[in-house]
Formats: sequence, structure tokens, C-alpha cells
Amino acid sequence: MTLFWAFIIGGLICVIGQLLIDLTKLTPARILVIFVVAGCFLSGIGVYQHIVDFAGAGALVPLPGFGHVLAQGTKKAVNERGLLGVVTGGFTAMAGGVTVAVVVGYLIAMVSKPKGDAR
Amino acid sequence: MDKQKYAKLVKESSPGSNVAVNCLRAFFVGGTICLMGQIFKNALLAANMQQDDASLVTAMILIVIAVLFTGVGLYSKLGSFAGAGSVVPITGFANAITAPAIEFKKEGLVMGVGAKMFLVAGPVLVYGTMASVIVGLFYYFLGGR
Amino acid sequence: MKKYVGNQTVKFASPPSITAAAAIVGPKEGEGPLRNCFDFISPDVHFGMDSWEKAESEMVRQTVHLAVKKSGIPIEEIRYMFAGDLLNQIAGSTFGMRSFGRPFFGLFGACSAIGEGMALGAMLLDGGFANHVAVNASSHYCSAEKTFRLPLELGTQRAPTAGWTVTGSGAVVLSAEGNGPYVTAATTGAITDMGITDANNMGAAMAPAAAAVLAAHFKDMQRTPGYYDAIITGDLGKIGTTLLHTLMDEEKFSIHDRHNDCGLLMYDCEAQDVHAGGSGCGCAASVFAAHLLEELRSGAIKRLLFIPTGALHSVATLQQGESMPAIAHAVAVEV
Repeated sequence: MTLFWAFIIGGLICVIGQLLIDLTKLTPARILVIFVVAGCFLSGIGVYQHIVDFAGAGALVPLPGFGHVLAQGTKKAVNERGLLGVVTGGFTAMAGGVTVAVVVGYLIAMVSKPKGDAR
Repeated sequence: MDKQKYAKLVKESSPGSNVAVNCLRAFFVGGTICLMGQIFKNALLAANMQQDDASLVTAMILIVIAVLFTGVGLYSKLGSFAGAGSVVPITGFANAITAPAIEFKKEGLVMGVGAKMFLVAGPVLVYGTMASVIVGLFYYFLGGR
Repeated sequence: MKKYVGNQTVKFASPPSITAAAAIVGPKEGEGPLRNCFDFISPDVHFGMDSWEKAESEMVRQTVHLAVKKSGIPIEEIRYMFAGDLLNQIAGSTFGMRSFGRPFFGLFGACSAIGEGMALGAMLLDGGFANHVAVNASSHYCSAEKTFRLPLELGTQRAPTAGWTVTGSGAVVLSAEGNGPYVTAATTGAITDMGITDANNMGAAMAPAAAAVLAAHFKDMQRTPGYYDAIITGDLGKIGTTLLHTLMDEEKFSIHDRHNDCGLLMYDCEAQDVHAGGSGCGCAASVFAAHLLEELRSGAIKRLLFIPTGALHSVATLQQGESMPAIAHAVAVEV
């Protein structure tokens, strides 16, 4: 059942993004920023966790899920280290994903050429 | 013709996006990427991995796939079909890091690849970090610890 | 002797002749309706080079070389060369032209470059300052996307109002004397800004500039649109074309029946998924060199009014929220 809801909720979050692109002329970079920040705040006030419990990857894979991971990581760090956790939590939480993206992205960039198949 | 009148004329003459079709495509592609994520996560959980670790490894797998797709030129094709469907998932973030790294390789490894890698992803990290600090502050001072 | 008429037009006393022209394009343009008109269709968008900037420069070099070769004029006798493109510091043109060793004027008029160059070149010739000049304008889809938009491999959708930058270069050789077709008049446009800020709708930003220069041309020359067999704008695309027709109707110079746009001639807009149509300096330049000039030579068109259009914004001005100023130049070419 989680598979089904992952598909539906994940798809719907993307539809919200599409509506923002088509109806407001926001650029994709702005949409990504809005989604991560929104996910972070929704998670901060405890709402996003309910969506995650319900839809699994459908809520974690879209970028609000990235914001959720940031917020949860910060809360965890605050619990463990107090005020210091406010500044260490976010980066610690995103370390895995960002490092993989940077390292693999770097390696792939070294071996590929822009295609321009624009054709 | 004054500017207001011309702006109105431009609006009438410019076709809008086909919102319904775009949304349908975004829904199916975005949903499928999330479905793949859930399948990976279920497999990792079945292999006795912890909940949080399974989520992280799932994200990593999706990121690696997206980077490879970008490298062979398929992610841009997927993007022109799916729109937000391939921008909003974490795979879009991986694409946003890899695409400028490839494009600006000619400008050198430091100011080209190194600096431009975060052309689109940088703002996400900046505002994500800011938001996490705000959440952290609220949680520290007002939160339910 | 006075050669200027009206407010902003030059009427040549001894109209310079277009001696030769050449057009080189990329593979996508080579699949369009004009595929049989170009001198060379590169199967490779890289033009054998390892960066987009070098690819554009190489395309420029080949086009100018070919046009001069076709003219039969030794390159040492080309008195001046003009070229323009879209890259920062018009790098595509300067790097493409550096090997020729001839006096050079760099042009920036965005996609109006070919009109700007032809007007200036014709003035030099009619003024007796030169015997032969060469003019080139170019654009490359990949270098333009990199300069103005986002990396090519980024997966985003294009707006339905957006144009498609032509990978192409067009060069013409003008001579003081020759068998035509002749450049008989040129109207230089003023910068026109109607407050359009959407960079994905450049046709809308440029249409008022085209309308303004057209109206000025007709008034200065005391002509009506009916004088010309064809009125061809540079790269307004579908939306810009519709807007231009409306604006010209308001000016009481209706042009529907004889107007077309190089951006619409270049591609089969539906089949080639180019949305609003072709754009870029190379669009008007290569369509003129490959197609319009042949129509003049064959007699299919006897009097042509050619109006390349350009949007004059930069990435910085757009990000600062400024609107897009635009320009257009009208060049009359007659058999």
C-alpha cells in the first residue's frame, strides 16, 4: 500500500511544482528553493512527518523531503548538543546526499561532454 | 500604443502552457520516481537496514542514477517531457549539480566545474541551511524538549 | 550631396551591390524547410571543435571565407569586415574573424546584427570609403543557451512563447559596383522599449521596434507597404509576428499580405518542436544569405524590405528586473 501512496503523493507534489512553473512563471531554481524551505518549515512544525508516515518515499524523494531531513536532523542535533546543534544539524543531515551528488557528479562531468543534441 | 495596452495585447497573443498535459506528465514521471524510491527502500528495509539509513541510501541510489542519466544526455530529454516531474524529486537536485559541471568543464576545474556546480543547487543549499537554522532556533527556545 | 532622407533613413545615390553571400548552419536547421538553400549543413554542432565558443567562431570563419571565395574578390581587396553575434564581447565574431587580417568593425545589435552591418557597409561603399566590404552575423544554440539561459543538460521545459536560437551564420559581400541585387535604402531603428520583462517572449519585446522602424521607413521614403513584394522581419517568431501585424494596422500600414519572418521560415515549427520559431543573429543572416537573396536573384522577389530585429538585454539587466529594450533596422534590397 505504501507503494501506491508513494506514487500518488509523490506525483501530486510534482504537480504542485508544475502548476507553479506554468501559472506563475517561477524559474525551476526558485521552485526548488521554495520546496526545500517549505518542507523544512512543515517538518519543523511537525506536519510533514505525518505525510512521510503515510506516503513513504512519495514524501521523502521530492525536495520538500530534503527540507524535512534538514529539519529533523537539526532537531536531533539540538536534542544532543543544545544550541550548537542549531548550526551543525542541517549540514550534518544533508551530508550524505550532497556528498554523493558532488562526488559522482564530478566524476561523471570528467568523462562526459555536453551533447548539444538540441540536434 | 501605450505600455499597458501593449502588455494586454501581448497577454492575449501569447499562448499559455498546456497546463493539463504538463501536470499529467509531471504526475506520472514524478510519481514513478517516488515509486522507484519506495521499492529501493522496501528492499533495503527487508535487508534489515534501519529506517533512517534506508531513506538515505535510497536517496543516494536515486542521485547516482540521475547523475548517470545526466552524463549520457537523457535527463534533459526526460526534463523537457516531464517538467516539474523530474525537477522536484531529489533526482532533479542531482541533475542540477551535474549539468553545469559538464557545461562549464571548459572553463577549468576550479572556476568552471568547482564554482558552477552550484549554479542551480547552491540556492537550494543556502536557503535550506537558513531554514534549518530557523527551525533549530525555534525548537531550541520554544520547542518541546 | 545629401543622401539622407526624412528622419532616420539613408537613400543610396549609387546603391551598393550584393556580390556574394554564404550561409552555414547546424544539423537541426538542415532538417528545416530551407535545407536545400544553405551552402553547408554541418552534421556536427561542435563544428569539429571542443567548446561551443570555438564551434561558433569556426562556423563564422568558414562562412566568411566561403562568401569571399564565392565573390571572386581577393581577400586583400575586402576593405572592411563587419561581424556580430550574441556572446559576451562578441567573442564568436572576433575569434572567427581574427585570421583574416583585414580591418574589422565589431557589431552588437543582438539579432539585428546583419541589418546593422549591411546598412553600415552600404554607407561606406556609397560614401566612397571602400570598394568591397564583408558582413557576417552568427549565433549558436549551445553557446547562446550557456550565455543566456541554463546548462544544456539541465532537465527543464521551454516556455511555449520561447524561440529557438538558430545555429547558423550568414555572410554577405557588398561591392560599390556590380550586377545586384542592390541595397537601395536603409532605415536605422531607435531603441524601443515597451516594458516587456519576460525573456521567454522576445518576439513581444522586439515587435514594437520592428513596427517603429517600418513606419519610419515608409514615412521617410514616402512609400506604402505595397511598394515591396516582400517584407521580411528577422526573428519575431509566431507571437511577435501576430503583434507586429496588429501594431502595423494601428499605424495604418497593413503588411499581412506580404510579411513573413525568418524565424518562421527557418523551421517547421510544429514538427521540429521550436515553439515560437527561430531566433538569434544567425537566423536572419542565414535566411537572407541562403533564401531571400536567391529569391531576389531568381526574380521571385523584386523589392525586398529586410528588417532584422534584436533584443538588447543582458543577463544582469534581466536579473535586476529591467525590461528588454529592442532594436530593428530596415534594409531595402532591390533587383
